[in-house]
Parts: sequence; structure tokens; C-alpha cells
Amino acid sequence: MLREPELYDYSPMADRPKITWPNGARVAFWVAPNIEYYELDPPINPGRRAWAKPHPDVVPYSHRDYGNRAGFWRMMEAMAKYGVRGSVSLNVALCQHHPEIIAACNELDWEFFSHGVYNTRYTYTMSEAQERAMMEDVIATIKDCTGQNVDGWLAPALSYTTNTMELLAEYGVKYTCDLFHDDQPQPVNTKSGPLISVPYSLEMNDTVVLSMMGKSSRHYSDILKANFDQLYEEGAENGQVMCIPLHPFLIGQPHRIGNFAEVLDYITGHDKVWVTTGREIAAHYYQHHYDNVVASLAAKREAR
Amino acid sequence: MTLSDDYLKYPKRGHGMDHDRYTWSQLHERPPVIWPNGARVALWVVTQLQWFPMDMKPAVPVPAAMARPYPDYWNYTLRDYGNRIGVFRIFKVLDKLGIRSSVAINSALAERYPYLVEQVNARDWELIANGLDMGHPHYGEMDRDEEAALIKGVLQSLRGLSGQKIRGWLSPIRSESMNTPDLVAAEGIEYLCDWANDDMPYAFETTAGGIHNMPHTMELDDQQILISLRHTEREYVDQLKDQFDCLYAEAASQGGRVMAINLNPWVTGQAYRIKALEEALAYITAHDGVWSATGGEILDAFKAQT
Repeated sequence: MLREPELYDYSPMADRPKITWPNGARVAFWVAPNIEYYELDPPINPGRRAWAKPHPDVVPYSHRDYGNRAGFWRMMEAMAKYGVRGSVSLNVALCQHHPEIIAACNELDWEFFSHGVYNTRYTYTMSEAQERAMMEDVIATIKDCTGQNVDGWLAPALSYTTNTMELLAEYGVKYTCDLFHDDQPQPVNTKSGPLISVPYSLEMNDTVVLSMMGKSSRHYSDILKANFDQLYEEGAENGQVMCIPLHPFLIGQPHRIGNFAEVLDYITGHDKVWVTTGREIAAHYYQHHYDNVVASLAAKREAR
Repeated sequence: MTLSDDYLKYPKRGHGMDHDRYTWSQLHERPPVIWPNGARVALWVVTQLQWFPMDMKPAVPVPAAMARPYPDYWNYTLRDYGNRIGVFRIFKVLDKLGIRSSVAINSALAERYPYLVEQVNARDWELIANGLDMGHPHYGEMDRDEEAALIKGVLQSLRGLSGQKIRGWLSPIRSESMNTPDLVAAEGIEYLCDWANDDMPYAFETTAGGIHNMPHTMELDDQQILISLRHTEREYVDQLKDQFDCLYAEAASQGGRVMAINLNPWVTGQAYRIKALEEALAYITAHDGVWSATGGEILDAFKAQT
């Protein structure tokens, strides 16, 4: 096993090139709804069990199903009200199960990126050939159903192999959401093509805050605003990225959606915010900063 | 470790659900439902009366089960506090505000404390079957004949003790086997409370005919919020109010909604929490267009127009 990911160089925020965003924005702000399908009775992966209880595990299954039946629409309307396009982290089987949701997102010009096939099919222990087959399925399914290329990747249920990043670069995926080491995009050290990480702000993820940390809805709003305020301040020196990763089964609950809408109102009410998508952040970074940052990292590597 | 190539086969990858229990539909696309007197929100309070036997050995983990070495007086008596003290604090608040409740009860508790059944009947409230006791959750791989006998016994007991028809079923800890919906429907149950995927009743298929699933809340369960997530009483009240505000507003354009509140007397019936519950319920009932009803009454109104 590796002792570290071997995917990026050490690069302290205080000693790196300045990043700028369109129109002098300090923070590139994006929202990434995870639109997911969890199977009631998935096959077993030796790396992780899908459900704690023997089949059928009704409560967690149905809780997640709430997101597609009721929560998605509330979340979508709140985002649309504040002009926030989603960058959808998509379990692509949703294209077959619930194409109505895909159509609604497409109509609003949302981005689709990959979150694997199902959230109950993990990448753990896949051979390279199996992982390739899964990636090819995902890329073809998103193209067929939405007309979009897969530019971004968040591994299904955040499950990987050590081949994952190299394969993404080879398949022409432009950015990964799976690395949480930074508040700016960063080059990923791949051989078969360029790949960058775009901050996915895992600590802002509704699952992490509401389910794992067990915070209340109003407390979550306070956390999101505080995180934004700090990045907005720091963004005056060097451009920052803030993502809000969401799950419709959590944020779309009646007791949460109003508080979340207030957060969107607050953030989009600032002047120096670029309300954007993962794909647009990556494209801007490749166009304006990637070469410079790579050269700077190479120079530092040489100096060591 | 190698993974079989079958792991990349997806036999249920098609339109709708990956099972046949209910059809796929989005809440906002369904025809609006109109509650009696044009109410916007049907308020469905479910009080849970449960028995946690001191020698319980559940087949799957049960939250709030005995957790200390035998004899666990600590946990046994703390749960029992709810059935002796807490429940009557809750009933007093509900009576004061004119709120009706469905009362989900373990049949073993109804047999031990028939006074509780009398109190429910005296208010003309509805009993929901909540299984045998909290030591007997239903679970995947449970023997079908054993489960069928258990369900038959629970319903015979509750129907005999209460004289009520018993139309609703809530599995202990909402845990089911693949057979549970079929077996309870075969015994005359009309609605399930286990699936947490909707804000409205919806049609649910069983081998014994169609029944419904009711939107019994998991997110707003007092045990979930106050015990599992350790929120403050203030946060509990805020969540109930926020939930109501959203559903009340939504009902103005999308038709009637159900707001379910799930109460465990050993949790909300504590002296220091009862005023928080009262504050939230008083806030809700102060609005026009709130219809307090039992699960059976809500289901009847729903079925009459779908």
C-alpha cells in the first residue's frame, strides 16, 4: 500500500501563484447536488456493505428514495430562484430509473458529472478492466441521455482504486472532486493527460454536517455562511472556491429547504461571487492558470 | 480479493423502481389532494407506546434497547417512565390544544398496561399496531411462518383488548422482512408506516392486495432528533416549526399536505421537554387550515379522491 496518495505536490497557500476569477470575483461558488439511486438489494462488494441490516433495509433505502420523490423538486426550485445552476453528481442509472429528473435538470442548463452507476456499486476491489468498463458505461450513458461530455468525476460513494485518477485522465475527464486537500483547483499528477482537482468542500456536504456530525438545519446554515464569509475575505488576496455538496433526501426535507434558500440568498447577494459550475471553474483554470501553476510546481520540485 | 464480473450487471436498471412495492412518482406532479373543510395541512401526531423487555435479545440492533449488563434497570425503567409519566404529560398537551393522536402500541404493552388502551379509547383516538414488543423487530431472513404467527397474535390481541379494527401497522424500529407488508395486509391492515420516502400517502402493493404507506416521519421523530442527534430542545422546536412552515406554504399551490410528528413519551414526555413540544404544537394549531386527524381519518380522506 502507498503511504500517501502520490497525486499532488505540497503547495502552501501562502506561497503559490495568484488565482483570479472572471470579473474580479473572490470566490467561485458552485452547488453540487448528488442525484442518486440506491438499490434495495445490491450485490455484495467485499470493500463495503451497502446496508447495515439484512435485506430489505427499509428505513435507509426509503429515506434516500425521498430525495427523488419529494426532495429534488424543492431543492431545484430553491436553486433556480437564486440563479444557481447545479453541477449534478449523477448515479447514471438514474437516467434509466428516473429520466424525468434528468430532463428537469437539463432544462435548467445544469451540468452532469459522474458519480458512478449506482451509489450501491462501489469501485473497491475492481480490476482495471472492470473499472474501465464502469467508466465507459458512465461516459456513454451521460452522453446518450444528456448530450453532455463527462468533465467531472466524484467516485460512486467516494470509493476508489489506485488506478482511478490515471484512468480518468486517460478518458479525458477534466476534473476530480475526490481530493479535499485545498480551497483552489490543483493539478493532479497523472501521466496519461491533464487532470485537476476542483474543491468539493466535503465539510460543507449536507450528509457530513447533518447526518455524520448530527447538526440541525439552522446550524448547517450558520456553518455555510461562516465558511463563505472566510473564503470571501481570503479571496481578496487569492481566488477561492466554495462548493456546497447536497443530497435531495436531506436538504429537500421540508424543515431544511427554507433555511438552505436563505443561504443561497445570502451568498448570491454578494458582489464578488462567481456563481458557476464545476465544469466552468475547471475550464477557466485550464485556460488561465493551469500552465502557470504547473510551471511553478515544477520549478519548486527542481529547487528541492 | 477479486470482484465477480456480475458486479457490473444491472438487471433492474430500467424505468421506475428496482422493486414492485410501489410505482415511481414525484410528489409535485400528483393531483392536488383536498382535505376536509379545505384544510391545508393534516396534522398527524403519532404517540408511540412501547415495551423494552429487560431480557430482550433482538435479531437486529434496536436503538434504545437495553445497553448495560443484566439487570439493566437504568434503561428498562427509563423507557417505562414514558408509559407511567411522560405519556400523560403529552396527552394533556394534546387535549389542551384539541389535537387527536394515533397511538402506536406494542401488543405486549397493551396487555401489560390496559389502562393505556382505555385512555386512547376514551379519547376516540386510533390505535396502530406496533408489533409485539421492542425485543421483536421483524427483519430480512425472518422465518415466514414465525412472522405470520407473530403478526396474527399481535393483531388478535390489540383488536380484542381495544375493540378497534386496527387499520395501521408500524413495525418495531420500522424494520421489515420481505414478507411483512404481505403478511400484515393478509390480516386486514390497510396502511403501513415504515417507509420514509414521501410526504403523502401512496399506494403500496402486497400479495394480499393493495394497501397504502403513510408518511410517518423519521426525520422529525423526537428520539431521532433529541437522542440520536443530540439536538437541543430549542432546535427540536425550530425543526417542527420549519417543517410546518414549508408544508403549509406548499399546500397553498400544490394541495393538502400531511405533517407527521412522532412522539416517544420517554423522550418528549420528560418534564424539561414538554413545554418545548407544547410550544411547537401551539404554533401549528394557531394557523387556520390545520386539520388534526388520525392516520385512518387521513387515509380515508385521501382514498376518497384518488
